[in-house]
Amino acid sequence: MGRITLDKVTKKFGDVEVIPPLDLTINDGEFVVFVGPSGCGKSTLLRLIAGLEDVTDGEIRIDGKPATDLPPAKRGLAMVFQSYALYPHMSVRKNIAFPMKMAGMPEDEQKRRIENAARALNLTDYLDRRPGQLSGGQRQRVAIGRAIVREPAAFLFDEPLSNLDAALRVGMRMEISELHKKLDTTMIYVTHDQVEAMTMADKIVVLRAGNIEQVGSPLELYRNPRNTFVAGFIGSPKMNLIEGAEAKKHDAATIGVRPEHIDVSASEGAWKGRIGVAEHLGSDTFFHVHDTGLAETLTIRAGGEVDLHHGDTVFLTPQADKIHRFDGQGLRIS
Amino acid sequence: MARAVSTRRKAGYTIAAWIIGLAIFFPILWTIVTSFKTEAEAISSPPSFMFFQWTTENYSTVMERSNYFRHFWNSVVISLGSTVLGLIIAIPAAWSMAFVPAKHTKNVLMWMLSTKMLPPVGVLIPIYLIFRDVGLLDTKTGLVIVLTLINLPIIVWMLYTYFKEIPGEILEASRMDGASLRDEIIYVLTPMAVPGIASTLLLNVILAWNEAFWTLNLTAAKAAPLTAFIASYSSPEGLFYAKLSAASTMAIAPILILGWFSQKQLVRGLTFGAVK
Repeated sequence: MGRITLDKVTKKFGDVEVIPPLDLTINDGEFVVFVGPSGCGKSTLLRLIAGLEDVTDGEIRIDGKPATDLPPAKRGLAMVFQSYALYPHMSVRKNIAFPMKMAGMPEDEQKRRIENAARALNLTDYLDRRPGQLSGGQRQRVAIGRAIVREPAAFLFDEPLSNLDAALRVGMRMEISELHKKLDTTMIYVTHDQVEAMTMADKIVVLRAGNIEQVGSPLELYRNPRNTFVAGFIGSPKMNLIEGAEAKKHDAATIGVRPEHIDVSASEGAWKGRIGVAEHLGSDTFFHVHDTGLAETLTIRAGGEVDLHHGDTVFLTPQADKIHRFDGQGLRIS
Repeated sequence: MARAVSTRRKAGYTIAAWIIGLAIFFPILWTIVTSFKTEAEAISSPPSFMFFQWTTENYSTVMERSNYFRHFWNSVVISLGSTVLGLIIAIPAAWSMAFVPAKHTKNVLMWMLSTKMLPPVGVLIPIYLIFRDVGLLDTKTGLVIVLTLINLPIIVWMLYTYFKEIPGEILEASRMDGASLRDEIIYVLTPMAVPGIASTLLLNVILAWNEAFWTLNLTAAKAAPLTAFIASYSSPEGLFYAKLSAASTMAIAPILILGWFSQKQLVRGLTFGAVK
């Protein structure tokens, strides 16, 4: 079981309030991603849940039991760190065994769990090596192995993939997702990468300056961003935000259109502009369009190959039902 | 970055380095050489360096006249004892300063270092009187305590520097893994800091071995280490250079050998963190 409830949790470092009173419920078995720009407090929030930082005010409950004042070890949570944080002087086997040794688990049970974890994570051949002799991806798997043998109430991941190269990152992303499906244990995952958030999460928590901007499933956030911040943060490339006269036409202070919701044509359309950079990827083509009079740059995503290039004049038409409207405070108008 | 250095310049530097090295080592070399001379030869002027009647007579006289092994044993107990006791106190102290620093941690560190700037003779009388009243004069226990206190700032400082190099996330990971503070220090921090702890240990054994002020002033016969053993040859019956040199050679030989074999470890420890 791993239901985690935060009740008006507050964190101050000295006089600086990094987490204003915050309420959040994470249900058992959920994969929750905390996402936000750097410095938004997502890692601090995770460390508060882990018990590595003390809560200034408010309460944390794990499975209904108060955990605010429990030391990290007593919370039944396991954490995977960005730097992997393996014990460099211990073999892989001893690294994985460490939490079980600390819990005083019988040796044969430790052995059984180490073997199971090693098999699941493809580490069987590396059990007697030191972390220094492993690649980044293998180290990350050892860190995950060390977390799963404890059978924790929940896993906490602090930007676990940011030290890996791009190709490995995609692979590990899928491994973690699969692990979640297999174990069905609550996972809380911190990242600044909205692609990771979109692909892995059951529920995304978007944070800015310690405040929760929106909580929802990836597609809810994509379809109905609650404000301009979430609109700009979720989705890649970013949503185009347009202010001024064009927004007024839609009775809004700002309108937003995602790059994939703008049709592009060489002959006719609602807006006219000139292509700055054209990125031809084969599967998609991205245009950065200037001189539209709406915003400095509009980003357009066209499917497949489109024969338009730098300097060409283009016509753009937003899909009418895909226009997001926001008021003067940046809040969504529904 | 590689710089073009001419062979001649290289040779010049090499010669200069050897000269400086020999100049530093010369007093020790001279002591060792003198210890093999007769007393008459030792005070002859001009002194002979290599061409004299080599003799080991001084060594047998010294061994006959005083109990070298008792002094040696006292030195071993005092230097190792004070270093180990110092480490037991300093490891948790350095842990807390490195990983859970408070507002004034830096000041505490500076204050600890400042105690090393006080001339020891300034506290000789109070310490002597305290030791007399509690019966610690001329005891190994007393010297272990004093030398621990004297070297503690250095031990804490060195360990603090090493501990600062250890990523805090690893200690946090151990906390998440259920380690108590004791487990964390014993199973994670200490093994990771072994190179640093080893060089701290070595350096402090050497410092304690060579410490002469307190060991001379607080001992008489029972707890006297090798420093007192050397001193005993310097005054009472006039100066006997050859015997004094023999005693000195015997006193410094163990630590010289220890230093020689551990120099790599020492250098690595002392430059830890300075070079990656």
